[in-house]
Amino acid sequence: MRFARYLTAYLLISASSLTSAAPAEFEIIIKNHQFTPATVTVPVGVKVKLKVINQDATPEEFESYKLNREKIIPGNSSAYVFIGPLEKGEYDFFGEFNQATAQGKIIAK
Amino acid sequence: MFGASVIVFREVLEAALIITIILAATRGVHYRGIWVSAGVIAGVIGAVIVAYFADTISALMEGIGQEIFNAGVLLVAVLMLAWHNIWMASHGKELAQQMKAVGRGVSDGKLPMLALASAITLAVLREGSEVVLFLNGMAMSGESTTNLLSGGLIGVAGGTALGVAMYFGMLSIPLRHFFQVTGWMILFLAAGLAASAAGFLEQAGVLPAIKPIMWDSSWLLNEQSIIGKLAHTLIGYQARPSGIAMLAWLVTFSMILLLMKIVNFVPRQNPEPKAVTEDPLPENS
Repeated sequence: MRFARYLTAYLLISASSLTSAAPAEFEIIIKNHQFTPATVTVPVGVKVKLKVINQDATPEEFESYKLNREKIIPGNSSAYVFIGPLEKGEYDFFGEFNQATAQGKIIAK
Repeated sequence: MFGASVIVFREVLEAALIITIILAATRGVHYRGIWVSAGVIAGVIGAVIVAYFADTISALMEGIGQEIFNAGVLLVAVLMLAWHNIWMASHGKELAQQMKAVGRGVSDGKLPMLALASAITLAVLREGSEVVLFLNGMAMSGESTTNLLSGGLIGVAGGTALGVAMYFGMLSIPLRHFFQVTGWMILFLAAGLAASAAGFLEQAGVLPAIKPIMWDSSWLLNEQSIIGKLAHTLIGYQARPSGIAMLAWLVTFSMILLLMKIVNFVPRQNPEPKAVTEDPLPENS
């Protein structure tokens, strides 16, 4: 029980520290079931915000196994996905609904 | 068509496994077939409604509506499963005895069937809405309806077949251990769902990751393989869990277990339950 209280306190503190520093934003556009840019370079060690804009009429699922991310972006709309803080490396992502063409990667350096 | 069936299978699998575990956990309960079917039907209807409003849900709360919605759905399911386990911890022994004494199932209303049916509804709703969105998107891209329908049906059939196989596999567990096994399975299931919920909240920027990748065991068991997928649903396995997901798993697991122990200590009318012999149990539904 005490542990739960500490946990709550910790989460509240972390959540409030989070809102104070707005993470850098990066844009990825989906068009014709392809990502542009297909390679996004982000800084290491900080949380970043990806804005995924789907310009297709059909929905897409932004998914990355390496980043543990999975989010449906409805047709003609955009959505945010928070990632990181990442360690140096490459993290590929794809569109689950059109995996043949929708491929991309995040490079953290 | 093949592509569609693979994606549908992937989405259906988790719901199918959850239904299987719940069917096993309610073995011998009267009218459970009706409860479970009602849960599935409500889930399918819910999935279509959620898919229809996907744009609206997604745009809520500055674009994190989808994560909040998913996390909420998962956490309610966790509560429902926890309720079942805690209830079973205080009534389970009587239940097993009664099944033996009466020689058939116990009456309805004994088990928290509403909680379990709700857990099924939520699982079907969450996975189903993705299937609806995907198939709808494919249809908009000009894929033929026949191909989509047959692909979808093959996917659903595959998921169901796996669930049925697991169910009959579980029936070979001796009766005296049976509800202990299903209890543990539901405990692991609930912990895994809580970890997924934490993951969604982390993705939405609501919870800190603590550490985005605690470890990487994808070389050993890839979460996308069938075995990995099964492990993900059954015990909450993640090849690259974040700190917050791991914490949610541990906290949920230990909290439910603790509550189960606490209610089990409350004295009952029958302090010495007789050993239950291993008769095969007649199925009631």
